[in-house]
Amino acid sequence: MALYSEKVMEHFRNPRNVGVIEDANGIGEVGNAKCGDIMKMYLKIEDDVIQDVKFETFGCGSAIASSSMATELIKGKPVSEAEKLTNQAVAEALDGLPAYKMHCSVLAEEAIHAALEDYRSRQK
Amino acid sequence: MIYADNAATTKMSEAAVHTMISVINENYGNPSSLYSIGQQAKETLEEARKTVAEAIGAEPREILFTSGGSEADNQAIRSMAEEGKKKGKTHIISSAFEHHAVLHTLEKLKKEGFEITLLDVHEDGLVRPEELEQAIREDTCLVTIMYANNEIGTIQPIREIGAVCRKHGIPFHTDAVQAVGHIPVDVNEDSIDLLSASAHKFHGPKGVGFLYARKGVRLTNLIEGGAQERGKRAGTENVPGIAAMATALKDAVANMDRNAALLTANRDRLIEGLTKIPHSALNGDAKRRLPGNVNFCFEGIEGESLLLLLDDKGIEASSGSACTSGSLDPSHVLLAIGRVHDVAHGSLRLSIGEDLSREDADYIIRSVSEVVEYLRSFSPIWRDLEVGKKEHIL
Ligand SMILES: Cc1ncc(COP(=O)(O)O)c(C=O)c1O
Repeated sequence: MALYSEKVMEHFRNPRNVGVIEDANGIGEVGNAKCGDIMKMYLKIEDDVIQDVKFETFGCGSAIASSSMATELIKGKPVSEAEKLTNQAVAEALDGLPAYKMHCSVLAEEAIHAALEDYRSRQK
Repeated sequence: MIYADNAATTKMSEAAVHTMISVINENYGNPSSLYSIGQQAKETLEEARKTVAEAIGAEPREILFTSGGSEADNQAIRSMAEEGKKKGKTHIISSAFEHHAVLHTLEKLKKEGFEITLLDVHEDGLVRPEELEQAIREDTCLVTIMYANNEIGTIQPIREIGAVCRKHGIPFHTDAVQAVGHIPVDVNEDSIDLLSASAHKFHGPKGVGFLYARKGVRLTNLIEGGAQERGKRAGTENVPGIAAMATALKDAVANMDRNAALLTANRDRLIEGLTKIPHSALNGDAKRRLPGNVNFCFEGIEGESLLLLLDDKGIEASSGSACTSGSLDPSHVLLAIGRVHDVAHGSLRLSIGEDLSREDADYIIRSVSEVVEYLRSFSPIWRDLEVGKKEHIL
């Protein structure tokens, strides 16, 4: 029995959208105080659409896969749709996560929301 | 594939497998039966007891076979707690980085009214015998300190610890699960009263181990029932497992010097190579450690992702990261030697085997270096460290 689904391993081995956006207009960084994992999301939003998204993650296999999947789910989408991203959607897209790793998908959701919040605050 | 997790468990030796199968096939009697095949099984059992006793300088009658290290730890501690209680002595001294088989037993005793002192293991992962002596009280009924740590491999000054206990007349138990079969252990020279060991750590089978209890030490049963093991551990003996354990231990002791020399050379090669990774540090004293143990922390990365990528490269190892524990807490051993949470998160344990070649060691060094560099390339913690937003600790 494998620890993770094939999908998780695939995203972990070949994470999408890794890195930094130098001229990002929305940045969110969140951490799990208990386990210590940290995720940082960079958004480039134009005309209310997520033109580009990149991430940096310090964490386990499922944290890296969750970050990767979350960026895939919002890339090219309108902000209004990205705002609706949930951790369940991330976990489902990964063909599930072990119960004790669900908090990694929560972290991904929170990182995206934090970056969107930063974007909104910069618009004011 | 390079298996570098021998502290978790080992592959059984061919000789041990052979012993096990032949006992299963040809020597299946119950040692308590009086007819021939029962007595033949009894003979095998007693032969194994002799072999095991010799390996640690004990008498055969001082060896009790158990289901492994955990059971032996539980029984040793429970027994001495029971004896202590009879005399109104309810204080136990141990160390902060014991195996959970010891620590959880002590936590339970604490709830039952015992007082527990956990000695500091310092940055080098070593207990100080002077500090043990200072911690001893009138009502101390047991000192339990592991021979060698399972995560960072540090070998405790057991002879000095044993001498302190002897001087004060306090029973001394040591969890020697990681030591027996790997480094010389002698219960008399080390003044050990109780000792736990487990077969699967020295190329024997899983689910079998032993408890040494010095003559005169009174044991309490964890398992009640028949009169096996001098009435101290009920249940029909695991004869194939016990016989295979004896075979494995005999070989481990016979080849100890040669194996230790081979392992130490590769261990030191690995330590030298991995130290070159920037902002890394060896955990535990560099020399006073098990011949096969290498344990590092790398700043800015997390251990589980390191393990998964090493597995992809054919290297099997372990980590004290919070993400691998299932409990979200990093290893209590790394915290006990003063590693902060973030740093403990990025740990790697390589417990190498005798069959590791120099080329394998070099391949491990290359692979770990590559994976650490890769994981750092997109780690927000590493970025903060590199731009000076956070201070490097290592
Ligand atoms: C130091 C130490 N004590 C106790 C144990 C438990 O041994 P067993 O798995 O045989 O119960 C282990 C092995 O995991 C160990 O490393």
